[in-house]
Amino acid sequence: MKPLTLITGLALSATLSGCSTFALPQPWEKGNLARPEMTFGGDALEQRYQQHIYTSKEAASGGSGIGGGGCGCN
Amino acid sequence: MKLRSLLLATLVAIAAPALALDAGQPSPALDVPGTQGQVNLAALKGKVVYVDFWASWCAPCKQSFPWMNEMQAKYGARGFQVVAVNVDAKREDADKFLAEVPASFTIGFDPKGDSPKRFQIKGMPSSVLVGPDGHVVKVHAGFRPDERKAQEDAIVAALALVK
Repeated sequence: MKPLTLITGLALSATLSGCSTFALPQPWEKGNLARPEMTFGGDALEQRYQQHIYTSKEAASGGSGIGGGGCGCN
Repeated sequence: MKLRSLLLATLVAIAAPALALDAGQPSPALDVPGTQGQVNLAALKGKVVYVDFWASWCAPCKQSFPWMNEMQAKYGARGFQVVAVNVDAKREDADKFLAEVPASFTIGFDPKGDSPKRFQIKGMPSSVLVGPDGHVVKVHAGFRPDERKAQEDAIVAALALVK
């Protein structure tokens, strides 16, 4: 194995394992994520309208903000 | 091959333990400060306790409060108690919510989130119905209008066990 490949591999694995220390936010820790300013759009009504169209075209919903706390109960 | 095993190891390290609280298990401990003194689940043994986890930012939680008030008023005399544990990081958020949506049941505060972790909560809101023997009767995530009947039925069924 070339030394460069080895170094790259080691660096990559070190970077990747760093990710493991970031645990996903637990359902009860989504307070900040649920804030209106954490969504992409500006206007709530316009966003809702766009999301409605997107949802009907995509045949799947969710993933835009955490209004329902990620429980799927919206 | 090496890369694949490395990726696998990383995935395993990232994946959170997929545990879940099931009916029939003894309920985890709950001992948090509340609006009226300490809230201790063990002290409520003999009662049917509806442990609810809520936050001010959770929309269905807001809908669940009037229903929980109704259940408390309807079944409180038969040994039923709603214990709603707030998991907001900031107490002001919870207080603001409570000023808007009054609660006529026990409120606890767990800003650090130790108790939802112990109860292995999967979504907000979540409720755990604890029977008079201190064992879990029903675990439920979310709050939808069409599920109220089933939730109430579970409460009534558990109340039949109260001596």
